[in-house]
Amino acid sequence: MNKGINNIRNRFPILDQQVNNRPLVYLDNAATTQKPDTVIRAVSRYYETTNSNVHRGVHTLSQNATQAFENSRKAIQHYINAAHGHEIIFTRGTTESINLVAFSFGERYVNAGDEILITGMEHHSNIVPWQMLAERKSAILKVLPVTPAGELRMDKLDSLITNKTRILAVTHVSNALGTINPVREIIQKAHARDVPVLIDGAQAMPHLKVDVQDLDADFYCFSAHKMYGPTGIGALYGKEKYLEEMPPWQGGGEMIQEVSFQKTTYNQLPYKFEAGTPHMGGVAGLEAAISFLASQEEPLFQQTERELLQYATRRLEAIPGLVIYGRAQNKSPVISFLIKDIHPFDAGTILNQLGIAVRTGHHCTQPLMKTLGIPGTLRASFAIYNTKEEIDQLAAGIEQAKKMLL
Amino acid sequence: MSIREKQEAITEEFAMFDDWMDKYNYLIELGKELEPLDPRYKTKKYLISGCQSQVWLIARLEDGKMVLQGDSDAVITKGIVGLFIRVYSGETPHDVYADDASFLDHIGIREHLSPTRSNGLVSMLKQIKLYALAFKTRQQKKE
Repeated sequence: MNKGINNIRNRFPILDQQVNNRPLVYLDNAATTQKPDTVIRAVSRYYETTNSNVHRGVHTLSQNATQAFENSRKAIQHYINAAHGHEIIFTRGTTESINLVAFSFGERYVNAGDEILITGMEHHSNIVPWQMLAERKSAILKVLPVTPAGELRMDKLDSLITNKTRILAVTHVSNALGTINPVREIIQKAHARDVPVLIDGAQAMPHLKVDVQDLDADFYCFSAHKMYGPTGIGALYGKEKYLEEMPPWQGGGEMIQEVSFQKTTYNQLPYKFEAGTPHMGGVAGLEAAISFLASQEEPLFQQTERELLQYATRRLEAIPGLVIYGRAQNKSPVISFLIKDIHPFDAGTILNQLGIAVRTGHHCTQPLMKTLGIPGTLRASFAIYNTKEEIDQLAAGIEQAKKMLL
Repeated sequence: MSIREKQEAITEEFAMFDDWMDKYNYLIELGKELEPLDPRYKTKKYLISGCQSQVWLIARLEDGKMVLQGDSDAVITKGIVGLFIRVYSGETPHDVYADDASFLDHIGIREHLSPTRSNGLVSMLKQIKLYALAFKTRQQKKE
């Protein structure tokens, strides 16, 4: 094992445990990654030393908490290279970020007969908010299809963007198949027709270095918990020109400028979209997660993940009867697969008994599974702390499951 | 054999296994042995949708006793369907409705019963109880 990676592994206390009397092999990282010591410490340190409500008090603790909160916003801004700090809105995560845009952008820009374009490989959280918007506004939801290999039909993109398209929403990386989509090209094509683009970055942030200005994304959504940070916190990046025009979507404290019973005026960005007391402990943890990712040597990080994917693909392909779904050229470290004549739930149950955590089911992508003609898959997804030895254990576990189930 | 006695027998059978593998091998065996349900019953009407595997369950009343049949597309789940059928088929709706399925705690497959994203076992037990309640109510009306 690579020495550097061994050191990284030691920073994740949860990995050092037994499950069903076996050492835990955690391969469900696309669902949520584990957290390094620095993230865990940052959250507890926040509550031990800094906790106080932000943006309100004149007292020192509140000022410290506010400073920490706004520093975290700046850290995110720099990490994804946003032009302004106020283009970063704290949310509960990717789902809430998408819902915010679907509601608020929808209120401002989408009318009856307009079109919203998504793709056939979206997570339910990048489908349902748009369906709800379409229903609310009598708009039309259109879908860019997916190839059997799990790639977007880019040849269909131009014809699906029309002069009625108001927004295009697409995932950067497929959670179910690992496909890395050509989002820069998609954004260019959409912008050529004056259509803004929302990118679901939940699965991209843990693996790729994202630069929102370089991509020219109009909205970019992500969750801390999939990128080594805490649960319950995430962010929306939005271009100032859109965020300024969009109405607030939740009312409450913090988002107002002045309230009377006759009329309320709203606060400026980003506070206009941050009603109520935010998840300050989570924000502290998210900043630590960003630091963790930023401190990784990028080429080594990506090479390690690429090697894990290549090694796992080779090991799993060699198992008779195993079929891998998602054969995109450009993939993140995710392998979705089925074993001939074995229900994924049965295989997952046996793997769990062996201490191996994988995901089974439709991965919240029922339309994609329908396109592929399967009810669901087993999914092994890797993170920077996984090892080739763990992939060997997965392969051995699959052989064991076959022996028992066939 | 009463429901209680059948559950005790199953608990004893599972107690014989030293490790998890034997236990699951036994469940898999039960699943493979369970008579498949006639495809015409594998419809939405009889489907108990769990998140992970499909389970079909039908029930009828014969001479005052419930007769259960079931199937699943996952073999371990099917083994558990088989256990339910063994315990509850041939019993009165009254007894089935009153039972708490405590054997599930004793045989060490309780992890199958986590309320979310599990394999629909909670729903399965609930469906059996619903069948029992319906038959029970019908019987009471006749009396």
